Amino acid sequence: MGGAPRRGAAGMSVSVHIQQRLGDFALDVAFDSEGGVTALFGPSGSGKTSVINAIAGLNKPDTGRIHLGGRVLYDSGDGINVPPHKRRIGYVFQEPRLFPHMSVAQNIEYGRRNQLYSTPNDGGLSVLGIAHLMERYPRDLSGGEAQRVAIARALTSQPEVLLMDEPLAALDDTRKAEFLPYLQAFVAKTSIPVFYVSHAMSEVAQLADHLVVMREGRVARSGALGQILSDPAAISDIGVREAGAIVTVTVTRANDSDGLSALATSAGRLFLPRVQAEDGATLRVRIRASDVMLSKDKPDGLSALNILPCTVTQLHEGQGPGVAVALRSGGDTLMARITRRSARAMGLRAGSSCYAVIKSVAVAPTDLGLRGGLGGGLGGTP
Amino acid sequence: MLGLGPEEWTAVWLSLRVSVVATLAILPLAIWVAHVLARREFAGKGVVNALVLLPLVLPPVVTGYMLLLTFGTQGAVGGFLSHLGIVFAFRWTGAALAAAIMAFPLMVRAIRLGFEASDPKLEQAATTLGASPWRVFYTITLPTALPSVIAGAVLGFAKAMGEFGATITFVAAIPGETQTIPSAIYGFLQVPGGEGQAGRLVLISLIIALGAVAVSEWVARRVAGRRA
Repeated sequence: MGGAPRRGAAGMSVSVHIQQRLGDFALDVAFDSEGGVTALFGPSGSGKTSVINAIAGLNKPDTGRIHLGGRVLYDSGDGINVPPHKRRIGYVFQEPRLFPHMSVAQNIEYGRRNQLYSTPNDGGLSVLGIAHLMERYPRDLSGGEAQRVAIARALTSQPEVLLMDEPLAALDDTRKAEFLPYLQAFVAKTSIPVFYVSHAMSEVAQLADHLVVMREGRVARSGALGQILSDPAAISDIGVREAGAIVTVTVTRANDSDGLSALATSAGRLFLPRVQAEDGATLRVRIRASDVMLSKDKPDGLSALNILPCTVTQLHEGQGPGVAVALRSGGDTLMARITRRSARAMGLRAGSSCYAVIKSVAVAPTDLGLRGGLGGGLGGTP
Repeated sequence: MLGLGPEEWTAVWLSLRVSVVATLAILPLAIWVAHVLARREFAGKGVVNALVLLPLVLPPVVTGYMLLLTFGTQGAVGGFLSHLGIVFAFRWTGAALAAAIMAFPLMVRAIRLGFEASDPKLEQAATTLGASPWRVFYTITLPTALPSVIAGAVLGFAKAMGEFGATITFVAAIPGETQTIPSAIYGFLQVPGGEGQAGRLVLISLIIALGAVAVSEWVARRVAGRRA
């Protein structure tokens, strides 16, 4: 598949409409995905894992239906419930769950032996970097290595959809940093739909195309990642600390002076702490709304290096003292969260011109994705 | 070697044969029952558990007598089986049956611990990789519980080697047919001057028991050596 655009017409659609009572907790979820990477985002206990367990068949909903491409995996009306081993799903769990009595090669081979049909080999496998681990046993692997092997194992069974349940959760920060580039390269290359469960927006922003925000067993929001993240009305669902738009940038000079990288956005230059990328690479940068200040006039003599001219497109007042401001900056969308009082004092309204001020160090390395653009043509939820 | 007479050798070989056959024959059933008790919830589980443990808590003579009533040529099952040419009463196969019944609870208990300790999450992972329930069992569940299965088998073998009460009640102590080491020792002790023969058989029992433990330790260590 290498090189080919990943979001072609061949993308397999997944449709999930399920209801389930789990004690006091009621799960009632409906969303559709047209392929690509769909993040299920929400706090713990919001039902994310129950949803992908239902897709995997490890958890049986009370009512509803689950379709994968043209296949019905579950339909309570027709009494269809395909057993998990016949669903052709790949599952990467929070822990690697490698078989301790088998070598890495045998673990990977395990999925291949169960293969029911054959489909073209997936480009995602080659980027996992596990060729040198084949002879080892799981106990001799680091957490990150084990999780990479778990992904390879899930892929060799030739699944039609890959489910990942917080695959970074069991790793410490060092291992996370080591593992994340592999994961990014993998999701950029794989051609099968991926469902990625996470409560960390920094991961989701780097990996996903499509976002399903879950709250207390329900879908609070569903749609293209970029659209939701730049929608000021969505801030309350995502969380005021995590909210922030994604800007697509091109690296002009990765190794600029003073440990900074120079990046080009559609509205101007951005300086960020050095990024690990080649000159000319396209990156995603998540800029938290709380890290963006607004100024009516072009600021002068300010320590912040990044000043982008913007037009206010929308203001959204929440319950608290804050107001979320959506901004158009060249071809990108930014979001700022300022106090209601400032907004009033500045006289901001839709159509106002202003300048967005972003401190360079405000953008953490984990907010930088190697994922290229946000890609259009994503299927929204009907 | 050890100055064993033909009569004693016969008892030694018979004991080994009875115990090996009893252990191997009952092992699959013990694995299955252990797995069911470890992993499934069903009505009457407590009753099944009690039935499995019954031979452990009943006087062996009672178990032997019940075997005689059931599998004797006049017994309900034994009568039917004798028409098919299968006879347990007063045969070495009867000794093996008694040994298997007596070893069964010990084997189930040891193996069950292994299944309870093995991680169902690995089985889930195997399922998502397309493995059928049966393949999950013999490629994941059974291998991860293997040390316990070995321990259970050795325990069962040792119990079978030492079985006396049920065996002698069910099939008596016919030299060359049902006279195993324990009943031979008992027999030698009943006759004046038999202490020497009894003592040699005691020594043989000790060697076999220690050998079985050593072999199981070695196998268990080899199995454990491959994992974390």
